[in-house]
Amino acid sequence: MAEPLIELRAVTKRFPGMKALDGVDFQIFPAEIVCLAGENGSGKSTLIKIVSGVYDFDEGELLVDGKPVADFGPRAAIAAGIQVIYQDFSLFPSLTVAENLALNRLLSEGRTFVDPKRRRQLGAEALARLDVAIDLDATVGTLSTADRQIVAIARALMSDTRLLIMDEPTTALTGREVDRLFAIVREIQAKGIAVLFVSHKMREMLEISERITVFRNGRKVEEGPTGEFNEARITRAMTGHDIGHERHVWAGDDTEAPRLSVRGLSAGETVRGVDLDLHKGEIVGLSGLLGSGRTELAMALFGMEPHTGEIRLDGTPLRLASVQDAVAAGIAYVPEDRLSEGLFMRQPIARNVIASAIGRATRGPFLDGDRLNALAEQTVSDMRIATPDIDKHAGQLSGGNQQRVVIGRWLLTNPKVLILNGPTVGVDVGSKAEIHRRIRELAASTGLAVLMISDDVPELIQNCNRILLMHRGEIVDRLDARSVEEDDIHGRLKGLR
Amino acid sequence: MTAVSKLLRRSETAVLAILIVVMLVIGVINPAFWQADNLFNLLRANVVIGIMALSVLTVMISGGIDVSFPAFAVAAMYLTVIAMNAAGYQGVVLPFIGATLIGLLCGLANAFFIHTFRMIPLIVTLGSASVVRGLLLGLVGTSIINIDRMPPSLIAFGSSTVDIGGSKLSLMIFIYLGIAVLMWLFLTRTMAGRAVFAYGDDAESAKRVGFNTRRTVYLVYGLAGALAGFAGLLHSSMIWLANPRDFVGYELDVIAAVVLGGASIFGGRGSVFGTILGVFMLTLIKNSLIIMRIDNTWQGVVVGCVIVIATALTAWRDRKALV
Repeated sequence: MAEPLIELRAVTKRFPGMKALDGVDFQIFPAEIVCLAGENGSGKSTLIKIVSGVYDFDEGELLVDGKPVADFGPRAAIAAGIQVIYQDFSLFPSLTVAENLALNRLLSEGRTFVDPKRRRQLGAEALARLDVAIDLDATVGTLSTADRQIVAIARALMSDTRLLIMDEPTTALTGREVDRLFAIVREIQAKGIAVLFVSHKMREMLEISERITVFRNGRKVEEGPTGEFNEARITRAMTGHDIGHERHVWAGDDTEAPRLSVRGLSAGETVRGVDLDLHKGEIVGLSGLLGSGRTELAMALFGMEPHTGEIRLDGTPLRLASVQDAVAAGIAYVPEDRLSEGLFMRQPIARNVIASAIGRATRGPFLDGDRLNALAEQTVSDMRIATPDIDKHAGQLSGGNQQRVVIGRWLLTNPKVLILNGPTVGVDVGSKAEIHRRIRELAASTGLAVLMISDDVPELIQNCNRILLMHRGEIVDRLDARSVEEDDIHGRLKGLR
Repeated sequence: MTAVSKLLRRSETAVLAILIVVMLVIGVINPAFWQADNLFNLLRANVVIGIMALSVLTVMISGGIDVSFPAFAVAAMYLTVIAMNAAGYQGVVLPFIGATLIGLLCGLANAFFIHTFRMIPLIVTLGSASVVRGLLLGLVGTSIINIDRMPPSLIAFGSSTVDIGGSKLSLMIFIYLGIAVLMWLFLTRTMAGRAVFAYGDDAESAKRVGFNTRRTVYLVYGLAGALAGFAGLLHSSMIWLANPRDFVGYELDVIAAVVLGGASIFGGRGSVFGTILGVFMLTLIKNSLIIMRIDNTWQGVVVGCVIVIATALTAWRDRKALV
């Protein structure tokens, strides 16, 4: 085999109180697609930062083209042809596509003056290399996420790139956009450039990569050709144990009156005449492509979207004109984007938990600190939130624990219906299983009816007893989760285009 | 996208269209508006506010805000005139260089605090404005230097005109336009200027791409101070007196003009041409209020409304574009 492009030998990186990387050997060969898997805090990000020269390391050796490099900083990494595309793309939204593409080159040439013609020409060349058509004069802020990502990739390939590192590149993309991204990645590979992927999504890792490396607690625990891996093996390597794949069994009675009954619900152009029943203790999955109207349906049920049609809870008709109406009726909603819609990042856990049920922690018009703390402690233990105390800020928790705070907050309102939108997006495997178990327990023990909106098909199959597929505002498929296979759902979703 | 539709989408086009409508309306109400004397007067009133607006434009593109420029302008103007009188110096070039340097030093002090302590520009410039004004009045003097004590060389310079069809156009207009062209070249055709846009758009990305963001901050606030100092002395040459309490309330007028010209309060967007139009629109509005004999106090109401409406429009535009 050829010489590795970049190689780490027994590299250790310490942070105060912990080893982020512990004696890690790692290699990337030219024109290879490698996936890094691991839970949050397993050392993936640290590895990327060492390879891109952002972090120094404490022990071990780093070799480029077989030669040890002593002082490997960001400049040395760029000189060695290593480019990183961060999750936020680091683009300039108010500047044009051409300028975003050309800036790096113009900077590295140490120019004082800018020639607009040359800037445009550099931009056109960069896009031509990827064989994509994007308006060079459009400002980047007006582009879709997928197009922005392509601009970021094109920019990274402007210099003599030999290794492209992509951090969670598919998180914000729709299925079709992921296909386009993978086609581009293969094209990059055909030019002899190596690609290092970091992803949470097993299916995608298995589809695109040639080699998978799994990290756990700062150590490399498994490595091998992708053909030798399947989802179960990656999960086991990441978490150190098997994650049970039990399914949700609903023991209820569907001749009984439903808990939530929706008839002919329409909201603008996006939701058209939806009929839906949720029985006590049911977990019903809802999937569909982006723009199918699933989020708007959830918002309508939570009183955030004007709608027409009939909504009944335990037989009583509801008028849901505002969030207050929905909360009062016993409907809870955990939004897709917990960072911007769900959590007060700089407030302690206790206050975050109580935000939707303040009435339960007051004495007259005043907040009662003891009651508040008692409720917060109870939620922390119910939801198994890993934190030393309830005064920690929500922003200091991991993604999985943040999601538990949001769910726990709504449980304090004693809801009858819980709507979860992307309940485990950005949450790692171990934490995900924990959240799933808790939701299933709640449905089984309290009669809570759950509507789970997700793109993650295995998640739906494991947790739901029924799965609905939505397309162009209508429910087009109603599936029994007991008898449906993952590939079947993927096939149906692809067929919806 | 065709060139025409692109042109229509630019905010400068909208400002220009509104400006033409406003001018036509004023012309109907008051036909004397279109007389060369009136128009030349109007242009003359653009000069000082315009130069200050160009300094604020750069700061706003970088994502910051500057409310200290009136204080720096007054300090540079008053100190220079006092120094000229003390030395009995009669000249023009050296005093303007001196005033520009005083402004530059003040601006660099702003940059030092903003960059070193990562402070919010509004707080830093509010503070530095107060300090500079206080020191000027406390240590240097409070008396107005009237025309009888103003250096004649400055008065002569400030009142130089060119005769066009029997009406006199102030030569200061050309200084303003010259600075505008230089600023346009700087902002659009130099890497340092593009760095200002990049920094205002996303400071973290600018750093990652490899811009020297420290240099950008010093450049932006240093330049703002220098332009303010220059504009200060030019102002006193044009009105033939140096008042150490001058320029009160200019922050609002100038920022209103820059926002009217389409610059974004979030940084990253703005243009020299738009700012020139914004300044012209603002002076036009104020001038018309005076001609219509509307009380001075009501002018503040109008300028305040202009700044709020224009900011709301640009904020709405920017948010829409980013979704």
